[in-house]
Amino acid sequence: MLAYILRRIFQSAIVLLVVGLVAFSLFRFVGDPIDNMLGQERTQADVERLRETLGLNEPFVVQYAKFLGQAVQGNFGMSYRQGRPVAEILMERAPATLELAAVSGVLALSFGIGLGVFTAIRRDGFAANAIMTLSLIGVSLPTFLIGILLIYLFSVELGWLPSFGRGEVVDLGGWTTGFLTPSGLQALILPSITLGLYQMTLIMRLVRSEMLEVLRTDYIRFARARGLRDRAVHFRHALKNTMVPVITVTGLQLGSIIAFAIITETVFQWPGVGLLFINAIQFVDIPVMAAYLMLISVMFVGINLIVDLLYVMVDPRLRGDSARGH
Amino acid sequence: MAPVLSLRNLTVEIPTRHGVLRPVDSVSYDIVAGEILGVVGESGAGKSMAGNAVIGLLNRPARITGGEVWLNGARIDNLPPEGLRKLRGKRIGMVFQDPLTSLNPLLTVGDQIAETILEHLPVSRAEARERAIAALEEVGIPAARDRVDSYPHAFSGGMRQRVVIALALCAEPDLVIADEPTTALDVSVQAQIIVLLKRLCRERGTAVMLVTHDMGVIAEAADRVAVMYAGRLAEIGPVADVIQHPRHPYTAGLMGSTPGASQGQARLTQIPGAMPRLDAMPPGCAFHPRCPRRGPGCDIDPPPVRAPDARAACHYPLTVAEDVTA
Repeated sequence: MLAYILRRIFQSAIVLLVVGLVAFSLFRFVGDPIDNMLGQERTQADVERLRETLGLNEPFVVQYAKFLGQAVQGNFGMSYRQGRPVAEILMERAPATLELAAVSGVLALSFGIGLGVFTAIRRDGFAANAIMTLSLIGVSLPTFLIGILLIYLFSVELGWLPSFGRGEVVDLGGWTTGFLTPSGLQALILPSITLGLYQMTLIMRLVRSEMLEVLRTDYIRFARARGLRDRAVHFRHALKNTMVPVITVTGLQLGSIIAFAIITETVFQWPGVGLLFINAIQFVDIPVMAAYLMLISVMFVGINLIVDLLYVMVDPRLRGDSARGH
Repeated sequence: MAPVLSLRNLTVEIPTRHGVLRPVDSVSYDIVAGEILGVVGESGAGKSMAGNAVIGLLNRPARITGGEVWLNGARIDNLPPEGLRKLRGKRIGMVFQDPLTSLNPLLTVGDQIAETILEHLPVSRAEARERAIAALEEVGIPAARDRVDSYPHAFSGGMRQRVVIALALCAEPDLVIADEPTTALDVSVQAQIIVLLKRLCRERGTAVMLVTHDMGVIAEAADRVAVMYAGRLAEIGPVADVIQHPRHPYTAGLMGSTPGASQGQARLTQIPGAMPRLDAMPPGCAFHPRCPRRGPGCDIDPPPVRAPDARAACHYPLTVAEDVTA
């Protein structure tokens, strides 16, 4: 088991190296940061001097090696635009994104699994069919449109909820949280629904189809034949067996909630890392972009690792040690 | 002795777009305590369907449309679903065909037995676990105490079928419905399972409905045998009589085509044609298009079960003088 985890961590490190390389080399094509930093009134000497200070004249491989060497020490360089350490800027922005992603993830998971089970058990019921039809909206409408529609309805027409920002936040030792103030909580509602709706409908449809599949199996028939209650059959026997594929997809989806919060953060002007990334692209702020991509890939890789470990927890057949005797 | 199970003109129908199918048609038989009734027939003859109807696990849209099912003198086919659920596992145990798929892969065998016991008997969790271990010992699982916490995948096919039998018997039911319990097993294991099932049911006085298409299993285990053809009962009687002195032409054909059942015969015979499909049932006796003894009236009236010996449903049954072994 430990060997397995170590092997997975080693593989993860290789993935991160490759992602870093790809990200770093891509940025060579997004434009010259010097243009944005110096403006119109520059001389060729200024340009050369700045290139030299930023290390942009060195060969690509050297730049990448330096970047990696610094990155493992938690130093992602200075933002070209803000002139502050990237790590500091990211730390400042990360809580907003992580809180938003966490709320969206919880919403997506709880409603997705709950509704998925419901629509599978009441397969032919009116409510289940209505939910399935409505879920098409979640799957097919683009995120930004859902966000704009929600803003139009709840902020513009009804005036119930704020349309942008995080509201009041409380600083807890460097971590700013919106969970502790009423306005912070209110501000979370629309963005988290926007961000989580697609994942929720996806999880729901997946749980439903897996559940329908499992309900047809022999061991479910046998569980019924043993006189177990519907609740035990559905939740103890059936739901657990739907979990392996659900964990796979959910893990990847939670990763993408964090990674692609960009759109939601733009629509709601949410001060998270996604918005930071969009601004960094506009300014060709390479250190920020690189750090953001590295951060996201660390999260993806981490989530994948957790997913693999969850498989083993859920499915005893994947555990080497329990197969004793045969 | 009052029968444990009594079917009286049991009829199961499936409404379809092309008319109503009748996979079980007016079937009547009794099973007394401690008796093993073999139910034999080709696939599609309605033998499993009758078993599923008894425990109330027919797949929609199939349903009981006529006749009665009595268990220990109480009618059970008209019970509400919750009433039937309480009977399942407690009064009627079930053994399925494929032990590889009838156990939930994600729960230990001990948990699956204990949950069944807890559902039906007023015992504590610890007591249920002790009983689970005892049940495993009783079906011949070596080192039951060590293996009670193993998952199904750690057991071989034959061992898993023993676990399934332990599950079916753990709440001490009055009746066990064994649906092709040996079909999916290795030949070498089949006999062991049959001997085990027979011994346990004899010891407890449990009545058994042993559904199979294997005449060898019937000859080995059953006291009486019911031969089904196209949803109807063709012949019923003590095993030795039916095998050696069949009265129904279909039974005679079946015995003639079974290796080992008809000693002293040089060649196996075959019955011309195939069993009619449920949506193309001939009028009168369902067997008459294939019957070597058909005569006037066979294509008009379905024959009732009658003489000689009140065994066969045939207008022109074989007589004592025609016995194969005479």
